[in-house]
Amino acid sequence: MNLSRKWLNEFVEIDTGDREFAEAMTLSGSKVELTHDLGAEIKNVVVGKVLSQVRHQNSDHMWICQVDAGKGEPLQIVTGAQNVKVGDLVPVALDGSTLPGGKEIRAGKLRGELSNGMLCSFQELGLDQRDFPSAYPDGIWILSDDPELANLTVGEDICTAVGLDDHVVEFEITPNRPDCLSVIGLAREAAATFDKPCRFHQPVVKGGGDGVLLELLDVETPDPELCPRYTARMVRNVKIGPSPKWMRERLRAMGVRPINNIVDITNYVMLEYGQPMHAFDYRYVNGGKIIVRRAEEGERLTTLDGKEHTLTANHLVIADEGRAVGLAGIMGGLNSEIVDDTADVVFESACFDGTCIRKGALALGMRTEASAKFEKGLDPLNTLPAVNRACELVELLGAGEVLDGVIDILNYVPRPTVLKVEPDRINALLGTDVAENVMYTILQKLGFETTIERGMIKVPSWRGDVKEMADLAEEVARFFGYNNIPTTLMRGQTTLGGYSDEQKLEQKLGAVCRACGYDEIITYSFISPAWYDKIGWPADDFHRKSFKILNPLGEDTSIMRTTTLPSMLDILARNYNYRNKDVHLYELGRVYLPGGENGLANEAKVLTLGAYGENFDFYDLKGTVEAILKDIRAEEVHFEGSLGTPSDISYHPGRFATIWCGADQVGVMGQIHPNVAKNFGVDGELYCAELSFDELMLARGTGAEYVPLPRFPSVTRDIAVVCDEAVTVGKLENAIRRGAKGLLKEVSLFDIYRGKGIDEGKKSVAFNLVLRADDRSLTSEEADEDVKSILEALEKDCRAKLR
Amino acid sequence: MKEQLAKIKSEALTAFEGVSSPAALDELRVKYLGKKGELTAVLKQMGRLTAEERPAMGALANEVRSALEGAIETAAKKLETAAMEAKLKAEALDVTVPGRPVKQGHKHPMYIALDEIKDVFVGMGFTVLDGPEVELAELNFDRLNAEEGHPSRDWSDTFYFDEDSRVMLRSQTSPMQVRAMDTMPLPIRIIAPGRVYRKDEVDATHSPMFHQVEGMVIDKNVTMADLKGTLNLLAEELFGKGTITRFRPHHFPFTEPSCEMDVQCHKCGGAGCPTCKGEGWIELLGAGMIHPNVLRMAGIDPEQWSGWAFGMGLERTAMRRFKIADLRLIFENDVRFLEQF
Repeated sequence: MNLSRKWLNEFVEIDTGDREFAEAMTLSGSKVELTHDLGAEIKNVVVGKVLSQVRHQNSDHMWICQVDAGKGEPLQIVTGAQNVKVGDLVPVALDGSTLPGGKEIRAGKLRGELSNGMLCSFQELGLDQRDFPSAYPDGIWILSDDPELANLTVGEDICTAVGLDDHVVEFEITPNRPDCLSVIGLAREAAATFDKPCRFHQPVVKGGGDGVLLELLDVETPDPELCPRYTARMVRNVKIGPSPKWMRERLRAMGVRPINNIVDITNYVMLEYGQPMHAFDYRYVNGGKIIVRRAEEGERLTTLDGKEHTLTANHLVIADEGRAVGLAGIMGGLNSEIVDDTADVVFESACFDGTCIRKGALALGMRTEASAKFEKGLDPLNTLPAVNRACELVELLGAGEVLDGVIDILNYVPRPTVLKVEPDRINALLGTDVAENVMYTILQKLGFETTIERGMIKVPSWRGDVKEMADLAEEVARFFGYNNIPTTLMRGQTTLGGYSDEQKLEQKLGAVCRACGYDEIITYSFISPAWYDKIGWPADDFHRKSFKILNPLGEDTSIMRTTTLPSMLDILARNYNYRNKDVHLYELGRVYLPGGENGLANEAKVLTLGAYGENFDFYDLKGTVEAILKDIRAEEVHFEGSLGTPSDISYHPGRFATIWCGADQVGVMGQIHPNVAKNFGVDGELYCAELSFDELMLARGTGAEYVPLPRFPSVTRDIAVVCDEAVTVGKLENAIRRGAKGLLKEVSLFDIYRGKGIDEGKKSVAFNLVLRADDRSLTSEEADEDVKSILEALEKDCRAKLR
Repeated sequence: MKEQLAKIKSEALTAFEGVSSPAALDELRVKYLGKKGELTAVLKQMGRLTAEERPAMGALANEVRSALEGAIETAAKKLETAAMEAKLKAEALDVTVPGRPVKQGHKHPMYIALDEIKDVFVGMGFTVLDGPEVELAELNFDRLNAEEGHPSRDWSDTFYFDEDSRVMLRSQTSPMQVRAMDTMPLPIRIIAPGRVYRKDEVDATHSPMFHQVEGMVIDKNVTMADLKGTLNLLAEELFGKGTITRFRPHHFPFTEPSCEMDVQCHKCGGAGCPTCKGEGWIELLGAGMIHPNVLRMAGIDPEQWSGWAFGMGLERTAMRRFKIADLRLIFENDVRFLEQF
């Protein structure tokens, strides 16, 4: 909402600078976004009078003018324009002046002749033809040709002379305050903010136009709930023409283009009262009948912007006997537009149902200034003063003859809200000690009636947002000053608070990932369905069943992911393309699986690891996965091959493991299938692990408990066995554990050898064994006996022979 | 004999002093103190002495022996020290050669900011809640007093999963207020961080997905002054002691009175600059006293209980905290960015 400060001053005199004004209004609840001095870019441009004019000797088109710019001596100025005559008043940009767009004017010579400035066109002053309809567009702006500018004083600042001396304040008005979408509404707020009196004006209409309103016009509202009030007046013998300068200036300051006197009046009243108005050409209201009804299914209407719409029964139209002539509350129809030869005009000032207007505008994709106001719910008591104001302006402008009488259909009579003022409760809510009389003063300034009954107040009709004590508390707080409310710390019963077990595990997982050198990432929860193809999931995989957004920003963000893998691959690929080396990433993010309570999602968390780098391999990632599981004290951790789950297909079939804690699978890990990596634009090896947070939660071991340190020395033995390639290290380790007779404390792999000395298809695997008894020093013989048993088990279970 | 001893002593002492290696020292020890050494040879002559002479000579001989032994020890120590010095010298390193890198992981800056906020509130007895992102419009809007027709319910602003606009991506963390009221005993002190979604195209300050943290207190006699005090504390924890804040009236359907809190611009100290768009203040969060309708809908009597709530954007807070100029960096996840924090 823009506000002209000149217009504001008509209602309340406030002379503070823009910055202080903005600050004070912001702190009382009308947030100022910007302030704008309309003439800020124009400096040192004045009204001048052309005293004489001679041809330039060295030019076939230039003129040398002597101009009185109020400086005592006439100034010599050269111009190339051909429309200047002696005696004309013109805008003169003096030496050292500036024009919109940052253009600077300096004295200089033009083909040898001194020019002390420049004569300006209206375009050069940032104006357009609509602002001054009679101005000549292709030359210097001859001010004296315009009767409204003919009496300007030579030397007068051009901004003041043509109305560019206004300051405009741009407000962000919250949706609960549609009353502030008007000059009068903001004047009320400003008056209360600066504690200044407000002068409001009661429109006075002389009337007396020829004819009887009720004979000429009839209004019907067959859908009363959609049209709480419809007020109309008529003007005859209208003379369409430009509106006067003062009105055009104000409209321009508020960002509205002047059109003609009648249309300008409707816009003027809308800006001043916040009440949207519409003017119809009476000629096209067939049968003199206005019907406010729902559109018929498929009914067509072309609006003032020239667009044709097909309507439904959800749209409210203004119609005559035969057809729609306007979209109620949104835009008028082209078929009843005010044109140059319009003679009789109907002014409509109505109140429509906000939801109906909002939905109608939304469905047609045409949110207008009027619909934006209606959808917030307007004050039904405002229609009559607004239509009277429009008629008063018609008379003031001499634009036509207003008929006596008003058609006013009131389908809904709002009952005023009366509230009890409870100073104690207000203070208790705010934590303040505001005196009762101060509260009343604040409320009075805002238009609340305080005289009805002791302890009670009546809420003004335009404040539909004030319904109970908390709302009154806000009014009091706004003008007491939010920043005058004290600051206290919380009291009351203490609560334990803190983190849940899940949150503690989240923190622990993040910490261990970072300790392993992994950086945390954040990826979007919504993905493209095409990403399921990119990670190679079969078309019929049930994992693809996702929550689908019906109104996504785009296909790329249209479904809720059921896997975090493509999100991780996308980020790995991005880093890969940036040529970042040795990248290790993790994310604890959600997937959104169908089947949650109440039709919602089952939002399971997944810890996803992703990495690539020179020398990075499967076992680097596995080491990190093991470190994570060790950190949460998971037990019976082991790794197996694929179980044949379709989604395993995203991974390299020979470098893929399922991750287990006992009988529960906690996740998968491995090298990404080269085809999948290629789908993401990566030609190197990518590694990922996906760990289910819920499973990790279950796999958590108990807290640490001290185990006594060994009191007796251990014996270590290294063994190397030769076995078939197909025998896994895991299997060998299991055989070793089975074979040991209770003295074995640790088994660790230290070498796998293939090549010279070992037959093709075989491998040599070497382990370091630690043996120890808890109650004595072990003898060499005892150790040897255990090792012998271990070797037997290896041979028996794995056909592995000592090398 | 006396002269012989004196000679051995002086010769030996000189020799020990000049010795240059442990081997040479050992040779000298044998030469003087060995079984066939010079001192031993002299002592063998003791038999020839008279009984009167013997004690004095014996004492003298012992004195020479211990002097020689002492000298050997000293020389050995000296050699040892010299050897250590030589070894250390040989082992000297170029300390300007860079250390072997240790790869450390980094927390995402958004989460750094969030964790700071969580710590502040957990310290004040708040519980941290986690809730669904695919949410019922009933909880995201209706129960928060945003009636049918509220602009944020439009399909142009919010993502929906069904034609009836029943299930949606939550547009704010505020439905967690309702979930807390529905499930927790009073009094309540919670914060609820998480992802939220709005239909905004990606640019330097917008993203269709971002994070918020919600905070809420419901208790007897909770006041707006408490809200201000708590939020001021938060601002100081995030942006340093003495951070100046201001509160402005605003409107949210689920709070009344409502406010927004600004912090004074860190760049210009309030004078106005491009960072704060000339205002001198930067908006940090929205807050207010819980609307009585919201309490009533949760079955809580607003005559008995009052509460406050706030919601703040975490990306914006992290951006301010770390002076990150473009929101897109947050979701780009370039390690050159991530590893700065």
